[in-house]
Amino acid sequence: MIRYAYLVSIAIMLIGVFGMVRARNLVSLVTCLSVAQSGSYVLLVAIGFQRGAPAPVFGSPASAPTTKVTDPLVQAMALTDVVVSATVTALLLALTIQVHRTHGTIDPDELTSLRG
Amino acid sequence: MSGGRGRLALFGVGGAAMAVLFALAVFALPDPGGDQHPYRDRAVPAAVSHATANVVSSVNFDLRAMDTLGEEAILFASVLGVAALARPAAGEGGRRRVPREQVLDAVRATALVFFPVTLVVGLDVVLHGALTPGGGFQGGVILGTGIHLIYMAGGYRALLRVRPLELFEQGEALGMGAFAAAGVAALLVGGSFLGNVVPTGRLGTLTSSGTVELLSIAVGIEVASAVVVLLAAFLTQLLELGGVPEADQ
Amino acid sequence: MTPVEVLIPATLTLLMVGALAVALTDDPARQAVTLSAYGLLLTVLFVLVQAPDVALSQVAVGMAVVPLLILLTIRKIRSRR
Repeated sequence: MIRYAYLVSIAIMLIGVFGMVRARNLVSLVTCLSVAQSGSYVLLVAIGFQRGAPAPVFGSPASAPTTKVTDPLVQAMALTDVVVSATVTALLLALTIQVHRTHGTIDPDELTSLRG
Repeated sequence: MSGGRGRLALFGVGGAAMAVLFALAVFALPDPGGDQHPYRDRAVPAAVSHATANVVSSVNFDLRAMDTLGEEAILFASVLGVAALARPAAGEGGRRRVPREQVLDAVRATALVFFPVTLVVGLDVVLHGALTPGGGFQGGVILGTGIHLIYMAGGYRALLRVRPLELFEQGEALGMGAFAAAGVAALLVGGSFLGNVVPTGRLGTLTSSGTVELLSIAVGIEVASAVVVLLAAFLTQLLELGGVPEADQ
Repeated sequence: MTPVEVLIPATLTLLMVGALAVALTDDPARQAVTLSAYGLLLTVLFVLVQAPDVALSQVAVGMAVVPLLILLTIRKIRSRR
């Protein structure tokens, strides 16, 4: 059943890249890049999933520690992934504003020539 | 537009090949949802031996704190890049004015009710990062966006009063520096860089996890300040510089 | 079939539909709102898969910060035209 999750993750990534290829302006492109990155989050948490196991948090007051929990390392990786993706998106949007200032357009098809 | 068609065709070929290869790889993987998780079998006992109830926070701030240091550096550098890119361009610097907006009473009431609640929830998530789901990142983002409820309640002038930007720029540097300093201090005390050298207590109490608490607070300060500085760069660009103000502000 | 075994594939299917919706929306301002809704679906998936820390990050970052930045960029670009 969860092999479906792996296939969905690659489908989301390809849908995101499809949106990027089809984008008419750079802001749309950055949004679709964000969608493509979310495919990797799905892949990571699906790897760590175990049927019937709770989250790797023992709370306060702590319940009895056990190793029958979902994988915490992969969740930490997914958390880092989320933060860094948002950071990259912010930087790309600032660059988009800069491109608009310099070239006056944000249509990717018009931004083909390398101008000084 | 032949450029667009050509691109789509190329993507079709590449995407199909990637999908086929990925599907082949997926069916060669072990059964997912099963119980073969070697990293988990090593991480959970390590976290429990350092008396940290939230194993993900332990991985982030104790077992793999080096990676979190790198992630903090990425965040810091990118906010620095955005602040550099958002400087006024030639021809924009002369027209600085702060607009006055009309705020609906319903919006103002809701934002004023949620502002203290959001700040308290954000602080709770940062401080209890070692016990319950949460930690420095999540709480920092909640705090950083919570401050902008003042923008919704009172307009841009109110936000400028509540948010002295130099304070948050220094806060960001302080958070980053505190993280690195904690690492070096651990090295000096005799452990390893970013090791957990503070004595640990009983699993499930607030101060039981050693340096995880302290690093979580440092990261919370840094991420909250980074979010505020990031949004400030974009808001300044939009509201103070550039174009004609629109009537439906 | 336990409820979780039904909900997880259903949420995954909704995620694919949501990603298609974001990719096919033409107006970038509307895309920001669709992206926010897609972020909520991702959060639901993370909660169902027992990953609460990831769900908290996603809801804070993907529903508030990223759509806000996108909308601010769009307004800035339109106001310069």
